Amino acid sequence: MQVLFKTDYDQDINYLVNRGERFRILAAVVLALVAPFVVGAYFLSEISIFLVYILAGLGLMVLIGFTGVVSFGHAAFMGIGAYTNSVLLGYGVPFFVTLPLAALLAGLIGAALGRAASKMHGFYMAIATLAFAIVIETAIGAWEPVTGGHMGLSVPPMSAFGWEVSAGRVQYYIILAIVLFCIWGVANLMRSATGRAFVAVRDSETSARSLGLDIARTRILAFFISASITGLAGGLLAHLTFYLSPESFGVNESLKLLLMVVVGGLGTITGAIFGAVFVSILPNIITLLQGILPQAIAQQAGLDLFLFGAIIAAFIIFEPEGLYGRWRKLRLFLETFPYYKRATFTRQKRYLKTERFR
Amino acid sequence: MEFSDALQLLLIGVSQGCGYALIAIGFVFIYRATEIVNFAHGELMMLGAFMVLTFSELWGLGFWLGSALGVLSLGLFGYLLDAIVMRRLVGQAQATIFILTVAIALMLRALAGMIWGWSPRSLTVPFSQDMTIGGLVVGLDRITIIVGTAVICALLYALFSKTRVGLAIQAASQNQLAAYYSRIPVKRLIAVVWAIGAMVAAVAGIMLAPVTQVDTTMSFFGIKALAGAVVGGFGSIPGALLGCLIIGVAEPFLDFYFPAFKGTYAYIIMLAVLFVRPEGLISQTFQKKV
Repeated sequence: MQVLFKTDYDQDINYLVNRGERFRILAAVVLALVAPFVVGAYFLSEISIFLVYILAGLGLMVLIGFTGVVSFGHAAFMGIGAYTNSVLLGYGVPFFVTLPLAALLAGLIGAALGRAASKMHGFYMAIATLAFAIVIETAIGAWEPVTGGHMGLSVPPMSAFGWEVSAGRVQYYIILAIVLFCIWGVANLMRSATGRAFVAVRDSETSARSLGLDIARTRILAFFISASITGLAGGLLAHLTFYLSPESFGVNESLKLLLMVVVGGLGTITGAIFGAVFVSILPNIITLLQGILPQAIAQQAGLDLFLFGAIIAAFIIFEPEGLYGRWRKLRLFLETFPYYKRATFTRQKRYLKTERFR
Repeated sequence: MEFSDALQLLLIGVSQGCGYALIAIGFVFIYRATEIVNFAHGELMMLGAFMVLTFSELWGLGFWLGSALGVLSLGLFGYLLDAIVMRRLVGQAQATIFILTVAIALMLRALAGMIWGWSPRSLTVPFSQDMTIGGLVVGLDRITIIVGTAVICALLYALFSKTRVGLAIQAASQNQLAAYYSRIPVKRLIAVVWAIGAMVAAVAGIMLAPVTQVDTTMSFFGIKALAGAVVGGFGSIPGALLGCLIIGVAEPFLDFYFPAFKGTYAYIIMLAVLFVRPEGLISQTFQKKV
């Protein structure tokens, strides 16, 4: 096993601790940079969508993974971002203004929602976001003059002062730059005092409060950041789908985001990326399963819904650290072979942690 | 709107609210005993309705026997759900448990759709006629929901205040460790609470079946019931009842006057209440003080 010696005071707050990690990240970035020259136009748009999902997952990860607040309606923020971006672009506002505005609006609405529920028990947030997502879906459908209602809205191309970015390499690089910037930003956030406050609130509200943290404010801030990142992802997604309808930001989309962060691994940035990979290949897995399963089951409507639920449940029960946790265990197994101890990752036995103070 | 129409809507609202309240009672009990908010409770109700449909119509056992079997089977399901799945996660972060219940909800809905089909089915019940009271046409099914809710509340009240099991459940929900020390089988009791919650949900499913038809969208009642419980003050039974009634009564009127947001008023009311008075009308879960 690679032993980390502390040779530097900065080591505790460095983004990446060991050389292998640095190498892997560098390789991934290089791969992403050369991708447009290797793959075709169709595959490039697929990769762009994948990148946008990383961004959306990252937004949800800030909330669920780092702050421990569940949101069952994060697709609503994607919807807000997507519609804000498209409507403003329609008025001729340049895209480098509309995208931040989309993020800001989603963030502010998220913060307002957070303010309503953050003082109470954690499940209030879960119920409030679920209800909020349903209301937003209806509101988008009802507000026809602006959003086009259920007829949908076609998205104007990314443009600024007559310069138009069509789908292709330039658009891909813009998306890649935004995604990398956000990943770097979240990594930076998580090593700052604010980010550590998020984690403290997640792990124990009581001890966070005793350290003088304002729990409600921390949660509202987390909600703001999370919603703005997700709103930004929505704004970018609009350019890749070309067409928006309220149904595409419904509860199922929220559950897809949830599946992503749970499967990827709660509480890690890499988890959001692993989750996005998983969600991208999930349709292929389902098609594969339909080939294997007997005809009577495979042709049933609702199989994908069932698999969604089953995958989330299985990961929560058997591997709460997700794919990323599994990967870390595998790596440790290889590095320490044959001395791997199962107990390294065994969770401590815990009893009912009451959140009622009375 | 004429007065008789308003009265009609009021009756529909009260019965709808009672339906929500029946579901809310189930998950508020589970919440008080285990601090788990069961997002799958609407699905349990749906499952109950489907089970009764299977027993009474597909197997031809008749309504009453079918209902009894359906409610019992849901009780068994609730017990096993806790014993096999939920118990494994005791002590985990709340967030992961909520996500698990939502996953269970998804699986149940998909399974029900696969087994019984996605199109609505009707369940013939002996209380579906209309009757006329003073010029007002009243569906007997609506009256049944209201009376049934009152009866079930009375039964549950008796169970929790008069019997030893009820006292033990109260003790376990106040302090699990102390309850263990007093030789109360806490694990089994919590499973029993899940069973009771599921059974109440099944009864709600039977009574709502003539009003809504039996299909997978029934499960949305669960989310509306959650909203009602939040409005009233989560964790207190009277609060949950009151909140569900408010939502049930407000919904048909708002749907009638402002149809643009039809079907989402329960959530809008809940969000508004959260903004103004987050602890609900009758507060039980106090804000945390450290």
